[in-house]
Amino acid sequence: MAAKSSLINMAACLTGVCLVCAALLGFVYVVTDEPIKAAAAAEAQASIAKVLPEGGSISEEFSSEAEGILGYFVQTSADGETTAYAVKTVTGGFGGPVTLMVGVLPDGTVFNTSVLSHSETPGLGAKCTEEKSAFREQWKGFKGVLSVKKDGGDVDAITASTITSRAYTKAVAQAVELVKSLGHE
Amino acid sequence: MSKFSLITKGLLKENPTFVLVLGMCPTLATTTSAMNGLEMGLATMFVLILSNIVISLIAPIVPDKVHIPVYIVVIATFVTVLQLLMQAYVPDVYKTLGLFIPLIVVNCIILGRAEAFANKNGVWDSALDGIGIGIGFTLSLTVIGIVREILGSGSVFGWKFISGDGMLAFVMAPGAFIVLGYLMVLFNKLAKK
Amino acid sequence: MEYLLIIISAIFVNNIVLAQFLGICPFLGVSNKLSTASGMSLAVCFVITLATVVTYLINKFLLVPFGLTFLQTIAFILVIAALVQTVEIVLKKVSPSLYQALGIFLPLITTNCAVLGVAINVVTKQFTFGGEAHMLGLGEATVYAFATSLGYGLAMILFAGIREHLALNEVPKAFRGLPIALISVGIMALAFLGFSGIV
Repeated sequence: MAAKSSLINMAACLTGVCLVCAALLGFVYVVTDEPIKAAAAAEAQASIAKVLPEGGSISEEFSSEAEGILGYFVQTSADGETTAYAVKTVTGGFGGPVTLMVGVLPDGTVFNTSVLSHSETPGLGAKCTEEKSAFREQWKGFKGVLSVKKDGGDVDAITASTITSRAYTKAVAQAVELVKSLGHE
Repeated sequence: MSKFSLITKGLLKENPTFVLVLGMCPTLATTTSAMNGLEMGLATMFVLILSNIVISLIAPIVPDKVHIPVYIVVIATFVTVLQLLMQAYVPDVYKTLGLFIPLIVVNCIILGRAEAFANKNGVWDSALDGIGIGIGFTLSLTVIGIVREILGSGSVFGWKFISGDGMLAFVMAPGAFIVLGYLMVLFNKLAKK
Repeated sequence: MEYLLIIISAIFVNNIVLAQFLGICPFLGVSNKLSTASGMSLAVCFVITLATVVTYLINKFLLVPFGLTFLQTIAFILVIAALVQTVEIVLKKVSPSLYQALGIFLPLITTNCAVLGVAINVVTKQFTFGGEAHMLGLGEATVYAFATSLGYGLAMILFAGIREHLALNEVPKAFRGLPIALISVGIMALAFLGFSGIV
């Protein structure tokens, strides 16, 4: 059973336990550091590759001051020409931020989109993550007016999830806006 | 108590969800689908077994007055280890379960088992207790997940058997409470027999 | 305006118990009587707000600069445990009457996942009050924590009222106690779903 308490053994015990735990954590941290970074990098690579045309090399991440832009990548072909951009963009959805990776061609056409993170309602707004859905398919090669049909644009909203659809559309619009501004430079 | 009953008691007699009613937060929050429930159960079981083993080892030398802080440090350490391992090898699962992985620290099941069992029993028994309660918790979560997934999305473990949507309320917060309530009624009925 | 949005969304739309599933154990445990429920709510309110401010500062000035954010869980839980203990001691000396009212609830609060949950959420999640997604500043974090705990109190007190009535009714045997309580919470949560979309 538990030992009697005295100031010395209490302090000693707490210090001892903390030291051992700190050592263990330090060890695990060092061991898992590489895999965690590799996993994050692989995920980023995969999400970029998903929204861009095949081929070409992808640049390091650039940062941007534009509203809602977390960063962007430039894809260049073998002869140095810019073929597409992958833009990481965020807006406020229904349940919290919606973060997207949007592939945009230099002329402002959307190539494809993918959801990086969201906290929309399961079964409603969260449908924006279903890859084969009509909502997601419409983005491939989209070049119409970037707002939902209810607001006079060309985007078909997800049924019963107008706020999520608006947020998604706004995020895509931010990405297209950024690519257009890059083109003018 | 025989070694075997140490494991099986977690399933019925001391089922952490339906009888002891511990760890309600992850039980309700992460059971939106069968798979999520199963994953959360396994994550909790990992911490439970390890903390039970370590606590049963150090209990005799820990002074009485500081035993709670010491246990919390031990549990929090294992939770952090779990977080790091999950981030490294199963990042997708880590993302889905989100906040509820660090919250395993304050899951009353773990501190509860440390207090009620591990600090007065041997290493071997404590490990078995961890496994038993862990399995009970995992099974309960999976069952709740299955029921909510069937009603809410019309699928089991991601395999869809109806086209279109289910009753969305069951995937959202209210469904969690209601499903758990009715399952508890069912459990009470069956356990009484 | 933004603070108002934070308050409404934290109390009603994203109610900590009914929508985020945090702090369920004490919610079910001490909601039998209205008086204990309001005592617990007050204590939780106090601790959540204080703990969030302290952990926010620790995260910003200790963990982030030294690259130790992976220690968040363990650091936060220790800070919360120490904080609760300190509050208990100080309260005992300074205001015995308040201690009388809140004292028995304080030790329970360390393992209330609402406290740790809010503390972790505030420093890791982006919020979207008023359109743009961003991390909370200290002022917003404090208001958010306080409003969240008010939401906790609201849910708790409403539910205690319902339970006091339930206790007087003839409930089928298998439903007695927690099952009927859980089903009632479910119906309450259904009602709270009606608030979603107002912010």
